[in-house]
Order: sequence, then structure tokens, then C-alpha cells
Amino acid sequence: MPFETPDNPGTQLSSVAQTWTRMKHWLGSPSPYLNLLGLCGFVAVWYVTTEVFNLPLFNKLPGPKATFTEWLSADPLYGISFYTMEYYQHIGISTWRVFQAFMLATALGVPIGLFMGWKATFKDYTFPLLEVLRPIPMLAWVPLSILMWPGREASIIFLTFLGSFFATVLNTLLGVESIDEAYFRAAASLGASEKQIFYKVIVPGSLPFIFTGLQISMGYAWFSLVAGEMLAGEFGLGYLIWNSYTLVQYPVIIIAMITLGVIGSLSSLIIRLVGDKLMQWKVREVA
Amino acid sequence: MMKTTLTPGQRAGEMSMENVCKTYGADVLTKEVLKDCSFTLEKGRLTVLVGPSGCGKSTLINVLAGYEKPTSGRVSLDGEPVTGPGPDRLVVFQETALFPWMTTFENVSYGPRVRKELSGRELADTTMQLLKMVGLEDFAGKYPSQLSGGMQRRAELVRAMINHPKVMLMDEPFRGLDAMTRSLMQEYYVRLFEEHRGTNLFVTSELEEGIFLADRLVILTNHPCRVKKIMDVDLPRPREFSVMGSPEYLDIKREALELLHEEAMKSFAAGAVNAADFLEAYSKMGEEQARPKAGKDDGEGQRVTRTGSAYENH
Repeated sequence: MPFETPDNPGTQLSSVAQTWTRMKHWLGSPSPYLNLLGLCGFVAVWYVTTEVFNLPLFNKLPGPKATFTEWLSADPLYGISFYTMEYYQHIGISTWRVFQAFMLATALGVPIGLFMGWKATFKDYTFPLLEVLRPIPMLAWVPLSILMWPGREASIIFLTFLGSFFATVLNTLLGVESIDEAYFRAAASLGASEKQIFYKVIVPGSLPFIFTGLQISMGYAWFSLVAGEMLAGEFGLGYLIWNSYTLVQYPVIIIAMITLGVIGSLSSLIIRLVGDKLMQWKVREVA
Repeated sequence: MMKTTLTPGQRAGEMSMENVCKTYGADVLTKEVLKDCSFTLEKGRLTVLVGPSGCGKSTLINVLAGYEKPTSGRVSLDGEPVTGPGPDRLVVFQETALFPWMTTFENVSYGPRVRKELSGRELADTTMQLLKMVGLEDFAGKYPSQLSGGMQRRAELVRAMINHPKVMLMDEPFRGLDAMTRSLMQEYYVRLFEEHRGTNLFVTSELEEGIFLADRLVILTNHPCRVKKIMDVDLPRPREFSVMGSPEYLDIKREALELLHEEAMKSFAAGAVNAADFLEAYSKMGEEQARPKAGKDDGEGQRVTRTGSAYENH
């Protein structure tokens, strides 16, 4: 059948070549330099307000010079720097707690959300409960979680878990509800069973929302973790921040804060990369 | 049923609708969408439903496909009542319903795969053969978002055809395509139909497209949707675009236009919001009809003006 298409197939580059091309393009654009300039500008303002002029609001804060000297020192004044084991211990413990809580929240939250979207009856039972529990701030859960769980470790993980659990459930549910009715109809017409519809329509169709939700819930997890560690911890970055405050070791506070920021971004990035891997169909849309 | 023979014609069924009514809501808030609709989709023929936008054509398709149950009346396929969606009646949707998370190959092979009718080599061969038929063999591994609108529609056509449906239900499938692609798809679709002779229902709001494709033309009324008239279109097959200049074609068009115009007037009297648009659109149709038509030499440019003209946008 002769049929001319006005369509253009377009050439497909290998993924390495694609990344390289994109990288070169990025380095050739102004944005990396503006990114850097923004960061430097912030540090400059910080330096000027604290260490140069010592302005009223800022005069108790450690400046960048003090912070980075401490951070990079092989023999730090307050015991926390790149060269001390203790620094990595705090990072490791916090990360491990977030990892456990986040995994638990994902393992429970995603199936519950999918199921709520799939079965209307289940949603009728659970949705009001979710909507009442979800807005309760994490800090309000602290006393209960200390009463409930034996030991600090379990209650910190529980708090962290709660923070990310609700966001995951809600976004997964929204993900299922975002799927166009036409896909369900097409699948039903083509003879798919309910189970096949679940695995081939509901799960892949809600993935974009699920992964957006996971990034949000990862943010909540770190937030709740730090709150938990400040109140009940013995280790971890949240504990380190609060402890350094009480011990008047101010540069350590800044070190721990920046560390939290960097690790938080990295964990978000990892989720995005996993999402891209699972949703090739979304990635290629842009390519 | 295996092998190559892609002939839905072999399994062409006859589908009929008798006194079908469909109302939404209850008590005071009922809205009557379909009223006493009766028509038959004859075996191996292409029936076209034409009616103004929003007159309930999609509801009709939904009832035929089994997505919605009629409030009263009977829908049957080869004498058997329709109770739900099934692979014997496949719908090609208005907006594409290809699964965006599956490649073209996975989409097209989806039906036989989930019903476990074909697998492995056989499934791959059949799928590739169909893709080849619509010129998409090089796009088997691509996702729908990487295909153009016309390619998506072709993929969707074969995703339905691979199941050897008794009836194909086309719900304004070329809507939203640009004029050029649209006329190419019309030509393409009419060839496909003439080759396979399956039972087809084609719903459109564009009269010219309807007459060009149809064996039978069903004209629908607005609010509620009823069958106003069924016309036989005895234009020669294989159809060429040049048929649109023939006196027979113009006669059918004139008659259909009068009926549609009547409908527009009625909705105008009833105070329907979009009635003014109808009137404007249909009077434009009349104007164009008065213009002399070129006979044979159907340049690409003319094709575009003819098929993608003003009354598309109600």
C-alpha cells in the first residue's frame, strides 16, 4: 500500500553521546556560570555581614571563614570536620534512618495509594482517615511516638516514616486518578482482565505522579528526621545541630546544615534518576 | 485465525441498535441524550454518523462499545445482546488512546497478548506484518509520544485490526489532525476499508468527510440525539477525492445539508448556545458548494482546502 508519510523518523543518538552533547551544550550556555555566581554571591553576603562588618543581626553567627576553616581542618577545634570519623558517623546514621523510613513508607504507601485508586470501596473507607491524619504536623506526633516505641531509634524512624508516608499515599492516589479514562476503556475492549489492567495500565500510568510524590516525601522524611533527632537523638545530623548549639560550637551547626542540604539534594536526584530509568517513555518525549 | 490473513471482512458482523434511549441523572435533573435511536450497521459496509458536535455521538459509540448501558432499548451484535466491552467491537478513539508507556509494538500486540491468543514468534510476526501494512515497521520500538499525530492514528487502527473485530467503531478518529494529515488519513482509511470490507462505523461532525467515506449516511439530530434520516451513498468504489466534484456527491451533500440546516434552525429556536455557530458554519457550507468545483486533477492544495474547511470548528 503506497502511503507517503509527512512524518520524519528523526535520528536516535546513543545515550552516552546524548549525555555528552547535552553536557557540552550546558557548558556552552551561561547557566552553569550564573549558578556558580549565585552561590558565590550568597557566600560573599554571608562573609560581609558576619566577618567583615559584624552587623547586629549576624554578630553571633559563625562566618564562612570560621566555618570552612573548621570543616577543612585536620585537627578541628570542635571535633567535626572532613577528617574526623565522627562527622561521617553522624551522616551515616541519619542517612540510614531516612533510608529505612523512606523505604518503609514507599513499600506501604505506594501499594495503598494504588489500591485506593483502583477500588472505590477501599478509597471510601480510607480517604477521610488519610485526610484527617495527613495535616497533623510531625512535631505533634513526637510524644505519641516516644510513648509507643521502645528506645529512641524506633521512634525517630517512626516519625520520619510518617512524614513521608502520607505524601506518598496521596500522590500515588492522585496518580491513579490522573490516568485518562480512555486507557481503561481501550484495555477493557482489548480483553484485558482486571489484574492485567492493574499491572499494565494503573501501575505504569501512575508512575509519573508516584515519582513526583517520592521526591516530595523524601523532603518530608529529612524534615521529620531532623525534628526527631533534635528531640530524641543521640547521633545524627539533627542531634549534632542541637547539641552544638547547647555547647556553643556554632561553626558545627553550619557544617551540619550545609551537609543536610547537600545530602537532601543528592537523595532527590537519586529518586529522579530511578524514575527516569523506569519511565523511558517520558524521558524520550523530551529527547 | 492465525497467519497473515488480516481480513476483518471474514468476521464482519452485523450490529444493530433498536429504540435505544440514554438518559443521565435522575428525577428532575435528567438529561435525555439519546432518544429512540434505531439503525443497523450492515455487514461489510461503512456506516457514517453525522451530526453537530455535542449531539451525543460519543454516547452512541459508548453504548455500542458496551462502556455504557442504554437506559432502554436493545443493542445487539449478530443477534447477541451487547453486555459489556469486548474485542469483537473495537473503538478507535477521538484523542489517541495508545498507552504512552508502551512502544508501538507493545501497543499493537496488546490485545492478542492479554487474551493469550498469540505469543512469541507468531505474535511478533503478526504484529510486524500489520505495522508494515501501515508503514510503521521502523517505528515498532518507539513510544507514542515519538510518533506524529497521523502515525499514532495508524498505529491505533492496527491495534484494533489485529484482533479481527466484527465491528470497528471509529469515534471521530481524525479530529485534531492538521488538514494535510487528515486528508491523507481519509484516503488511507478508505483504501483499508475497501481492501478488507469489515463492518465499520465512522462518526464525524464533518459532512464532506462523511459522504466521501460512507456506504450509508446516518444523519443525527441534536438534543436529544435521534436518527433523522438514513441515506444510501452509492458513489463508486474505490473512492477517489475527485468524487467530491461529481453531481451525485453534490446531490447527497445538498440533501444532507438541508437536513442539518433544519437541525441548526431548530436548536436556534430552542435557544441553544452554539446554535449561532451552527448557522454560520452551515451557511458557509452552502457558499462553498455554489463555487465551481474542479473535476479530475486533484492537486494536493485543493484537497486541503476541501477537507479541512470552516465547518470543522463548531
